[in-house]
Amino acid sequence: MLFDSPVLHALILGLVICSALMGVTSYFIWFERRFAGRMQGRIGPEHVGFKGLLQPIADAFKLLIKEDITPRNADRVLFNLAPLLAVFVALLTLAVLPLASGLVIADLDVGVLFFLAAGAMTVVPTWMAGWGSNNKYALIGGMRAIAQSVAYGVPLVLAALVPVILAGSMNLSEIVAAQAGGHWFAFWPPGPGFLGGILFVLASLAEGNRIPFDIPEAESELVSGISTEYTGMKFGLFYLGEYVHSLVGAALFTTLFLGGFDGPGPDVLALQLFWFLLKTSVVSVLLLWVRWTYVRLRSDQLMTLCWKYLLPSGLGVVVLAAMWVWFSQEAPA
Amino acid sequence: MNALALTPPIAPRANPYLDIESYEGQGDLMVLNMGPQHPSTHGVLRLKLWLDGEVVVKAVPYLGYLHRGVEKLLEKLTYVQSTPIVDKNDYVSSMTNELALVMAFEKLEGCEIPRRARYIRTICAEMQRVASHLLWLGTFALDMGGALGGGTTAFMYCLRERERILDLFEELSGARFHYHMMQVGGVRHDLPAGWDAHLKRVAADISARIPEYEHMLSENVIFRARTRGVGRIDKLLAQELGLSGPNIRACGIDHDLRRSQPYAAYDEIEVRPALATEGDVYARYQVRLAEMRESLRIALALIDGVPAGPIMGRKPIETVNAVKPPAGEAYVAIDSPRGELGAWVVSDGSTKPYRCKLRPPSYHALSALPYLLPGVTIPDVVVILGSLDPIMGEADR
Repeated sequence: MLFDSPVLHALILGLVICSALMGVTSYFIWFERRFAGRMQGRIGPEHVGFKGLLQPIADAFKLLIKEDITPRNADRVLFNLAPLLAVFVALLTLAVLPLASGLVIADLDVGVLFFLAAGAMTVVPTWMAGWGSNNKYALIGGMRAIAQSVAYGVPLVLAALVPVILAGSMNLSEIVAAQAGGHWFAFWPPGPGFLGGILFVLASLAEGNRIPFDIPEAESELVSGISTEYTGMKFGLFYLGEYVHSLVGAALFTTLFLGGFDGPGPDVLALQLFWFLLKTSVVSVLLLWVRWTYVRLRSDQLMTLCWKYLLPSGLGVVVLAAMWVWFSQEAPA
Repeated sequence: MNALALTPPIAPRANPYLDIESYEGQGDLMVLNMGPQHPSTHGVLRLKLWLDGEVVVKAVPYLGYLHRGVEKLLEKLTYVQSTPIVDKNDYVSSMTNELALVMAFEKLEGCEIPRRARYIRTICAEMQRVASHLLWLGTFALDMGGALGGGTTAFMYCLRERERILDLFEELSGARFHYHMMQVGGVRHDLPAGWDAHLKRVAADISARIPEYEHMLSENVIFRARTRGVGRIDKLLAQELGLSGPNIRACGIDHDLRRSQPYAAYDEIEVRPALATEGDVYARYQVRLAEMRESLRIALALIDGVPAGPIMGRKPIETVNAVKPPAGEAYVAIDSPRGELGAWVVSDGSTKPYRCKLRPPSYHALSALPYLLPGVTIPDVVVILGSLDPIMGEADR
């Protein structure tokens, strides 16, 4: 703990991490656009600043000066609250993420439970936007979001249970500690961790309504789904929330399955932070790759995938993990 | 993963004239006007959908948002002036539009087309088909994948290839989009030096990349789940509605005017049919991909044998009133990338047509929507619409 008072610690660290994440997110968007450009045989942002590096700033400024429209018959409270809540909920999960040993905003004993609860909250702003916009496309998007988030919460919980069982704790710092020395759950023990990891990625993509599971937005079908009526910075906040969610999701995957800040070298803060950020970046880039390759599923197919395939395999993975722990334990004295 | 292809059971034949008052659903119906401003209605089509939840109960397409009075305009312009007007009809396949109209004029006038001009026309039409199908494939992927995802990637690839064909046409005619290449009696521009080598390079590159699209789409489990068994048209319905082109060939009906009534140089080259039997969205995709390959083959086979000779079969057109066919009427239909494109022209002996009627294949393809859409959900509406490849400029004229 950096400061004596836990409240002060949480406040200052939270402020620093959140601000840093905003900057990272802007440049993550820049990186994604360059990356997608490279994938698609084009260039991407190039003109604003060196290699388009000032593009995120220009974009944010553009969003700020756009006219802010609230539709006449919209539910003003829900409509205006939804984008703020979207970012807030996406940031919530950060609180329990250990960035390096000791560097965690709130070292909760039920960290896993906390982030699952925060993840389940994402549906609230989505539905608020869908309902509050008073728009048919937004309404359909919101309906899809509820069905999807509720369904995919289940395999997400099951996948997150795997590291919990293996580490014997719900505290994320202890889960990382259990993977110390390269015993990352994605690779060791063989089987449950790896499968659980895949399941976790799929479920968290779907729960966060991200491509290729972004059917609540589905701009080719629903114009822009829940964000159809949003303009200017309110739209920007949804956008920001989505990217924060995807980065935090990658960080969570790193923490739960890839050993968090564990890596070769001495246990110094800077090196641990480096390993954590490196792993998170690699996972994020892999997710981007998926995003720019696949087309989108239909909503009923998405539900089929969840209930018929992910849920049973989630149960199986949990049983596997439990069996591993059972058989690898020394006989009780 | 094959069980992913969960599709609603296909009703024997949806009733497009369903009286919406008599529908007994579980709840209230929502009326959704999809379009005319919508990212995926391929222009300005408006679809009025009655939705029960997300399932379409009834669908009515409304046309006319892009009506520019082309047929009336053709009555006011002379025969010479009308070719560039129809360029803008089916704006992704200008060559074939010109070809159909010009062939109707030629039939009225009764002039003979030199063999070289017929070869050039055929090569242009086939390369135009490849360009049109490439654009279709790209936008179709976009319909499925959205503007920020895998769909855009496929779209960019397709447009990159299409660009090469536009370069080719630019070298030939000076224009990239609205070529004004055909004229009564032949073609306006002769092949420039080195064009055949350019064409061979482009064709080789595109042929090499078609397997890449197949790798990205046909072998993609999500793509297959989205397209197989969706939007199935049976043979009878296809014939009743007058579908043509890839849409009817995907139902297993071998209807191809290039083979049944050869025009231009199609009598000198074998056109192999591209057929599928299922009649669903995936079949239409397969047919179009096969047609791209076949068109490239035809263009490559013809380019080496382009005979020497004139490119005009009548005295040069130097004034707007140069074409003055005798009174009478003529109908010509060709196989455009979208299907049977017909032009019916009535002449009263003056330099302007008395009446000009175009038969756009997209118009007939859209008439299938009320039969295909009931029972599917909104994502499938977009996919089915995209698979029919309608161009609103052509349907609305």
